[in-house]
Amino acid sequence: MRTHAAPMGGPLITPATRLFAGLFGLGAIAIAWRLLAGLGSATALNDGYPLGLWIAFDVVTGAALACGGYAVGILVYILNKGKYHPVMRPAMVTSALGYTLAGVGVGLDVGRWWSLWRVPLFFWRWNFNSALLEVALCIMAYIAILWLRLAPALLEPYLSGADSPWRRRATTFSRIIDKLSVPMIALGLVLATMHQSSLGTLMLLAGSRLHVLWRTPLLPLMFLVSCISMGYAVVVFESAFSSVAFKRKPEIDMLAGLAGAMVPTLWIVIALRVGDLLWRGQFGALFAGDGRSVMATLEVVFFLVPVVMLASPAQRHDLGNLVRASMAMIFAGALFRFDTFLVAFMPGANWRYFPSVSEMAVTIGLVAFEVLAYIIIVKTFPILSGHTLPERQAV
Amino acid sequence: MGITRRAALCGLLTAGATAVNITPSSAAALPAPPADAVGLLYDTTLCIGCKACVVACQDANGLPRDPTGIDARYDAPVDLNYRAKNVIKLYHDGDRRSFVKVQCMHCVDPACVAACMLGALKKREFGIVSYDVDYCVGCRYCEVACPYGVPKFQWASSTPRIVKCELCNHRLAKGQEPACTEVCPRHAVIFGKRADLLTEAKRRIAENPGRYVDKIYGETDGGGTQVLYLSHVPFDKLGFPDLGDQPAAQLARSVQHGVYRGFVAPLALFGVLGMIAFRNQSHEGADGEKGAEGTL
Repeated sequence: MRTHAAPMGGPLITPATRLFAGLFGLGAIAIAWRLLAGLGSATALNDGYPLGLWIAFDVVTGAALACGGYAVGILVYILNKGKYHPVMRPAMVTSALGYTLAGVGVGLDVGRWWSLWRVPLFFWRWNFNSALLEVALCIMAYIAILWLRLAPALLEPYLSGADSPWRRRATTFSRIIDKLSVPMIALGLVLATMHQSSLGTLMLLAGSRLHVLWRTPLLPLMFLVSCISMGYAVVVFESAFSSVAFKRKPEIDMLAGLAGAMVPTLWIVIALRVGDLLWRGQFGALFAGDGRSVMATLEVVFFLVPVVMLASPAQRHDLGNLVRASMAMIFAGALFRFDTFLVAFMPGANWRYFPSVSEMAVTIGLVAFEVLAYIIIVKTFPILSGHTLPERQAV
Repeated sequence: MGITRRAALCGLLTAGATAVNITPSSAAALPAPPADAVGLLYDTTLCIGCKACVVACQDANGLPRDPTGIDARYDAPVDLNYRAKNVIKLYHDGDRRSFVKVQCMHCVDPACVAACMLGALKKREFGIVSYDVDYCVGCRYCEVACPYGVPKFQWASSTPRIVKCELCNHRLAKGQEPACTEVCPRHAVIFGKRADLLTEAKRRIAENPGRYVDKIYGETDGGGTQVLYLSHVPFDKLGFPDLGDQPAAQLARSVQHGVYRGFVAPLALFGVLGMIAFRNQSHEGADGEKGAEGTL
C-alpha cells in the first residue's frame, strides 16, 4: 500500500462511543415513531412548509458537508497536489458516511418510502424536467461509487490473512477497483458536480414563492462552489479532531494548505452572491430591514468570517484557529442552505414551521451515528496515515 | 501544469457557468393547451357562496368530512387540504366583497408536473393534471412547485398520498360533468372545452361593460390555465399570484436544460477530468511528489 495508512486500533467501547450510541438510540426511537405514525405526528411539517429540517439539514447540508471527498479529490487528482493524498481516505470515509446518511434522511422524509426503489429502476418513467430526479439518481450513483472506491481500503485487513478462495476473490475485486480508478474518479467528480449544483436548482422551481434575494439562476453555481469550501472545512475539522482524539501529530502544513484552498473558493461565493444581487438590481433588497434581508446579509457576513480568520499564513498554521475557522465556514454554508430551503420560501402568511422534537432527535441521532461509524472505521481499517504519538487516548 | 490546472477549473465550472447565460427567455413561445383541453369558468359575480360545490366535491371524490368550529359540527374546510379538493373563500373589505372558488387550476404547463420524478402527476386525458399513486414516493416537491398551493399531502397517514382536484375525471369517463359544476345553482362555475370557455368569458366582458375587471385570469397567467376566472374585484385581492405569462417552471427548467442540454456538458466534463486524472497518474506531481497514483 502506498498510502501508509493504518488502523488506529484501541477499544471500540469507550465513553465517547457510548454517548454517540445513546444519541443514535434516541434518534432510532423517533425514526420508529415516524415510520409507524406517519409524518404528521412525528414532524412539524405542513402543506405550507412541506420540506423541513430533514431536507434542509440532513439531506442538503449533509450532502454539502460530505463534500470532503469531492473537494480533496479535485486537489489530488485534478490539480495534482499529491501532498494531500494522505487526507483522501479519511475524506472519502466521511463522504461515504455523509452521503449514505443523506440517503437515509431522504428515505425518512418521503411519505411513501417503500416506493423509492422505483426511482432508479423505472427509467421509462424518468421526468428529465425534474431537478429532484437528477439529484436523486446522482446521489444514489455517487453513494455506490464512494463505497466501491473505499472497498479496497476496507478489505485490506482481511486480505492479509491466510490464503482462501474468498480472499482470492476479494483480492481480484480490489485489483479491479484499482484498475478502474481513473474512470471512477472522473465519474465521481462529475456526479458530485451535477448533484451539488442541482441541489441549488431545486428551490428555483418555487418561482415567485422563493424570495427575490435567492431567486437567481446562479443559485446552482453558488451551491457548487460553496460545497467545495465546506468540503475543505470538514476535512480540516475532521483531521484536527482526529489528531486530538487519537493523540496524533497534526499534519499542520497540509491543513494550512487546505485552508489556503478554501479562501479563493469563498471569495468566489461572496463575489457571486453580491455580484448577482447587483446584476439583478436587487442589492437594495439586502437593506429592506425584514427578517429575510437580515438573514441574507448574515450569509455574506458569515462567508467573510473564515476569509478573515484564514487571511495570513500564520493564522493558517494555528491549529485552534483552523478549527474555529472551519467551524465558521461550516456554519456559513449551512446557513446559506437553510435560508434557501426554509427562510426564502414564502408559502403564505398563515404558515409556520419550526422543527418538532422528534425531527431534531432524528437529525441528532443520524449525526451521532455518523461520528460513531467514523470512529469505529478508523480504529478498525487503514484510513488515517501519519505519525501517532506514543500515548494513545481512547475515544 | 498551469494549462492543465486551468483546464480543470474551467471544466469544473462548465456546468454552473452555463447557467450564467440563461435568463427566462421572453422570446420562447407560450405553451399551447392540448387540443382536447377542458376546464372550468368561474364567475365571481354569479357565486352566492352556498358551498354546494364543496360538499358535492367531497361526495364525488369520497373525501372524509372536515368538521371544524365549536363542537366540530361545521363541515367547513377553511382551505384546501387532504380532505378538501375544492373550497369557497370570501374576500371582503368594507362594501367590496367577493367569493372565490379554489381548486386545481390545471395549468397548461404545470410546475407540479415538472417537479414530479416519475410522472405521478401528469397532464393526461383532456389536459387534466391527474395523479397516479403508483409512481409517487411522497416527496412533496409538487407542493413546493405549485404557485397556487394546490397539491396537499395526507399528513395523518402512514401511507400518505397527494390529494388534489382531478376535474372529476372519473365522472367525465362516465359522461358526467364535474360535481362542482353540476351542482352549482347559479352556474357560477361551468364546465366545457377551454376554447369555448375562453370565448364565453370574452363575451361576458364585452356584453357587460364595467361589470368585470378587464382580465380573464388563466388566459395567459403562468403560461395559461385550463380553469378560467372572471372577477369584479382585482385578482390579487382574491389571492391570485401575479405570475406573468411565463410558466412557473420556466426558470428552473431553463437552468436545468441549459446545463444538461443533450448531456454534452456532463460528458465533456467526464472526458476532461478523466484525461487530467490519467495524465496526473502517469506523470510526476506538480509539487515534486508522486501524483494521485494507486488506490485512493
